[in-house]
Amino acid sequence: MATLVEVKDLKKYFKTPRGLLHAVDNINFKIEKGQTLGVVGESGCGKSTLGRTVIHLHERTSGQIFFDGKDVSDLNKQQLKEFRSHVQMIFQDPFSSLNPRMSVSQLIAEPLLIYKTTKSSAELSKEVARLMDTVGLARRFANSYPHELDGGRRQRIGIARALSLNPEFIVCDEPVSALDVSIQAQILNLMQDLQDELGLTYMFITHNMSVVKHISNNIMIMYLGNMVEFADAQEIFKNRLHPYTKALLAAVPIPAIIEGRKRQLLTGEITSPINPKPGCRFASRCPYATAPCHEVDPTLAEVMPGHFVACHNVKEINQL
Amino acid sequence: MFMLSTTTKQEASLTQDTISIGGHGQAKEIIGRFLRNKAAVFGLAIVVFLLFCAIFPQALTQYDPIEQDLRNRFAAPSSEHYFGTDEYGRDIFARVIYGCRTSMEIGLISVAVSCIIGVIIGAVAGFYGGITDNLFMRFIDILMAIPNTLLGISIVAALGNSIPNLIIALSIGSIAGYARVVRVSVLSTKGMEYVEAAYATGASDARIIFKYILPNCLAPIIVQATMSVATTIMTATGLSFLGLGVPAPTPEWGAMASSSRAYIRDYWWLVTFPGIAIMITAFSFNLFGDGLRDALDPKLKS
Repeated sequence: MATLVEVKDLKKYFKTPRGLLHAVDNINFKIEKGQTLGVVGESGCGKSTLGRTVIHLHERTSGQIFFDGKDVSDLNKQQLKEFRSHVQMIFQDPFSSLNPRMSVSQLIAEPLLIYKTTKSSAELSKEVARLMDTVGLARRFANSYPHELDGGRRQRIGIARALSLNPEFIVCDEPVSALDVSIQAQILNLMQDLQDELGLTYMFITHNMSVVKHISNNIMIMYLGNMVEFADAQEIFKNRLHPYTKALLAAVPIPAIIEGRKRQLLTGEITSPINPKPGCRFASRCPYATAPCHEVDPTLAEVMPGHFVACHNVKEINQL
Repeated sequence: MFMLSTTTKQEASLTQDTISIGGHGQAKEIIGRFLRNKAAVFGLAIVVFLLFCAIFPQALTQYDPIEQDLRNRFAAPSSEHYFGTDEYGRDIFARVIYGCRTSMEIGLISVAVSCIIGVIIGAVAGFYGGITDNLFMRFIDILMAIPNTLLGISIVAALGNSIPNLIIALSIGSIAGYARVVRVSVLSTKGMEYVEAAYATGASDARIIFKYILPNCLAPIIVQATMSVATTIMTATGLSFLGLGVPAPTPEWGAMASSSRAYIRDYWWLVTFPGIAIMITAFSFNLFGDGLRDALDPKLKS
């Protein structure tokens, strides 16, 4: 299988009055065509910034981005427009990501008008109707405004917009976290059906472990801009090696009356991502931290085949 | 979900193959929402009446607004002269009706000119930020540092005393207000996620400004514009008072009110009727503007 998206040493720093905020630091990953990479981490860990940097919504600070084998790190205006027709994004909040002054059909037609992909208005309305059918939006909503629809239908508009240019790669930035649970399942199933039908590649950003398990092939765990663990989805849920992943998964609620597992609560302050000192960023909250953790940056190492972890003490903690 | 998608697909196949792109009868709906707002309709009715006065003043009065009748000075309001006559025996009712034309012309044209220029400056400054923003806004600060009336006096004094020059002076004076209001709302709209979504689809800057940002900044622009119709008429009044506005015999409310200030103790009708005309104009434009703002906002749909 061919690699569609590859990112090498990607960094995104933001200038703040107090110094450089390391939102994304040294991220490397590859996504195969037709697969889904789940990016998981707590709020503020840089996962959304990573997604936006990959599709050039933020300009990267350094590093390289490859798309379909081509280096797309630096693009001029024309190339950027061309790149954006291959790469789309589904936003977290379907309430604020749709222009309130446009109707459903206008919203879906917008990308087609920008790229002038349809020749006549008859063709355009046919295409919009087809997209609405694809995402399961009844045609009677074509002339409605987003605020008249519920969250699930709005998110379907977002998906229809993302699909309208036949992209290969879609960054999904917490597409279901603003929806209630029954609608979450509908939208996730729709996204999976579309992936199977159209061969889409997803980068799925979320903080919800159950969602990510459901949809991803590979999972990447982020903590304060760093990648702390990367492995196959099944593997991560079976063998969580990094102490942060352990804590994260221990926090997933399980609907069981008998409490069968020990609760693991994290204590300690979160390290500031502004001008961070060298050393593991998780060290201040890590129950296993030792002296080197506070001094040396851990590097991502392949601990088991296909399973990468950035932790100095991974062997000791997991008795490998 | 699977069930759901099949039912919607069936439902869709029942209807025709294509759909219409656009909102559901947007214009009709906006008018409908506007008409439900009684205060706004009242404002609109007065605005329409004022426009009618401005366009067809001869339909409402047979008197000539500048013809003097010195035997009939300071006649009190009567069935012959509804609003009485002034110090030259001119019919005040006729002058108020004809004055509508001058005031509306000055108010509407200078608001339109300053609105267009101000919105463009504010939108560009707010959208691009950085140096562009700084350059434009410092220019606006310079404009704001000069009092409107003073600016008007200097411009009219430099260009000469006429209605077009008065309009130019008033337009330049009120650009700053629009630029600042628009800049601030552009700044807040620019951060919205749907603008970012527009970037992600590859929309050009112009498209983002005109289709995404400005339509969502409409409310403060409309409010500012309708409010300043009234203020502009008042400033024109002030300039006329100083002898720099509308040249003498032309009927204009401000000039009428100020020229008759000496007689206010003995002949109340000289000042009162032009004053009421100014008040009603300002009031009706504000009502109309408020209603328009609410009608144009799709989120307020009931």
